[in-house]
Amino acid sequence: MYGNDFGEPLNAAETADYADAVQEYFDGLIGADQRIEPRDAMPDGYRRTLIRQIAQHAHSEIIGMQPEGNWITRAPSLRRKAILMAKVQDEAGHGLYLYSAAETLGVDRAELLDKLHSGQQKYSSIFNYPTLTWADVGAIGWLVDGAAIMNQVPLCRCSYGPYARAMIRVCKEESFHQRQGFEILWTLSRGTEEQQAMAQDAADRWWWPSLMMFGPPDTGDAAAPGGHTEQNMAWGIKRFTNDDLRQKFVDMTVPQAQKLGLVLPDPDLRWNDERGHWDFGAIDWDEFWRVLKGDGPCNEQRLAHRRRAHDEGAWVREAANAHAARQAARQEVA
Amino acid sequence: MTERTDLRSQASPSAPGGADGVAYVLGLADDALIYAQRLGEWLTRAPQIEEDLALGNVGLDLLGQARALLTRAGDLEGAGRDEDDLAYLRDEREFRNVHLVEQPRGDFGQEMARMLWFASYQHELYTHLVDSVDEVVAGVAAKALKEVAYHRDHAGQWVVRLGDGTAESHERMQAGLEAVAPYVAELGDDDPVSVAAAQAGVGILPSSLVPGTVAHVEAVVAQATLRMPDPPRWRSRGGREGVHSEAMGYLLAELQHIHRSHPGASW
Repeated sequence: MYGNDFGEPLNAAETADYADAVQEYFDGLIGADQRIEPRDAMPDGYRRTLIRQIAQHAHSEIIGMQPEGNWITRAPSLRRKAILMAKVQDEAGHGLYLYSAAETLGVDRAELLDKLHSGQQKYSSIFNYPTLTWADVGAIGWLVDGAAIMNQVPLCRCSYGPYARAMIRVCKEESFHQRQGFEILWTLSRGTEEQQAMAQDAADRWWWPSLMMFGPPDTGDAAAPGGHTEQNMAWGIKRFTNDDLRQKFVDMTVPQAQKLGLVLPDPDLRWNDERGHWDFGAIDWDEFWRVLKGDGPCNEQRLAHRRRAHDEGAWVREAANAHAARQAARQEVA
Repeated sequence: MTERTDLRSQASPSAPGGADGVAYVLGLADDALIYAQRLGEWLTRAPQIEEDLALGNVGLDLLGQARALLTRAGDLEGAGRDEDDLAYLRDEREFRNVHLVEQPRGDFGQEMARMLWFASYQHELYTHLVDSVDEVVAGVAAKALKEVAYHRDHAGQWVVRLGDGTAESHERMQAGLEAVAPYVAELGDDDPVSVAAAQAGVGILPSSLVPGTVAHVEAVVAQATLRMPDPPRWRSRGGREGVHSEAMGYLLAELQHIHRSHPGASW
């Protein structure tokens, strides 16, 4: 059973000390590692955090369609074109799925899209980097989707039921994408000299931004001021810290890079027998914060593209609503 | 027409319909391929996310049809060309698609007008091609018929919504129909290759598909409270002979340039 889906919901009007009762009830569910469901009472902070996180995740799927969509018309074989179209379509599907999950928390998609378009809500900063060659499509699948999976697999156990269930499906497709990306680079790394150089160049440009996808470090000067990790872990939204996930990703990816014959652009990358992990060099957190704040190569472009599609489609959405209303009125008359 | 001459000399003797059969199948494939290319441009640009998905789906279906038909054309030709050789290494004058599918992307209303016409045409086409003497063409047609029925329905629903939506959408949907009107007659042109392919039982005479296509579009347009455009002052011609509009060169440049930049490479 998930949360109190089958029990009596708390009623604010009939419950004395409602806020305390909510907290007690909620803490009980979390403590028992149960899922919170949409009709469960939940603390406002939990709800706000989830809305922000799920919306940001949905926005990332939608904005993330652009760097790869950039290569649909130029994909170098028809098989690759079909795979890429299907992949970008999957991202659109993930976006829809996640907006629906957010809607169970009492917001609507249009409102969230407005916040994306106005810059009030963020999307993953990785998509502010450009896809310059075909190999970048491979690198996005291999590294970016690989990092996303690392972040998302624990979310399949997130305390909020609709988000957790959405992530189960999303993760299946993402792992398929990751293998596709790897296979693109595998083919390139066994191809002509130009293709090998293309693959290496893509790895050079995408490696560090991929490591930044896990967010700022848990401690030190570059840590996020007023970070939410501790609270989110207590709420069962986050299961591992940023640095833990980053290390898992490095440990998973380095052997794959070796198989591909690609050199990751980090002279400090070496196996540490004592730790049982790969050591890696310092991440340029200045770049991370700079891109996050808007000064990345494609920040303006991505949002402008998204706003343009939305604005150019406004008349279509209005027409669909008007038509639906007219149809409903006709049915009433009939 | 060097291409057709080449095909005549190279077509494998067992090819149903001979070289004209090969050229006919290429025409079917090119229509699907080039429209898939245009629809691919819509992903990330659609009016709502559901339409990014839907237009992508239609594009993928068409790409699938194109790949199967290009492969068949290559097999029939017997010169060892595969789907990618035919898609990426032919020049503009060797492409046999109609002008309708190569036209640059307009607004969403115009796209729905194009899709309604093209899917209605393809629906008539594949309904007949399930009986093609070429078993592969018949097989592709049987599978594609279900797909294009959905495309036709999807476009039709949008034409109705937009025609019977707001004043603005009504006007823009009508403008979309007008914009594609000069390109629809070409779908029914009986070019020599199609005539020969029809005689050989591989294909179907394009002019025979016109009444069914027009009837379907007319019904949708009426339901959408729109009107069929007046006969246009000019109409496109020659796509099946490899004579295209200026948009085609740019489309192919984009489609082909990475593949051509790395001769012989595998992807």
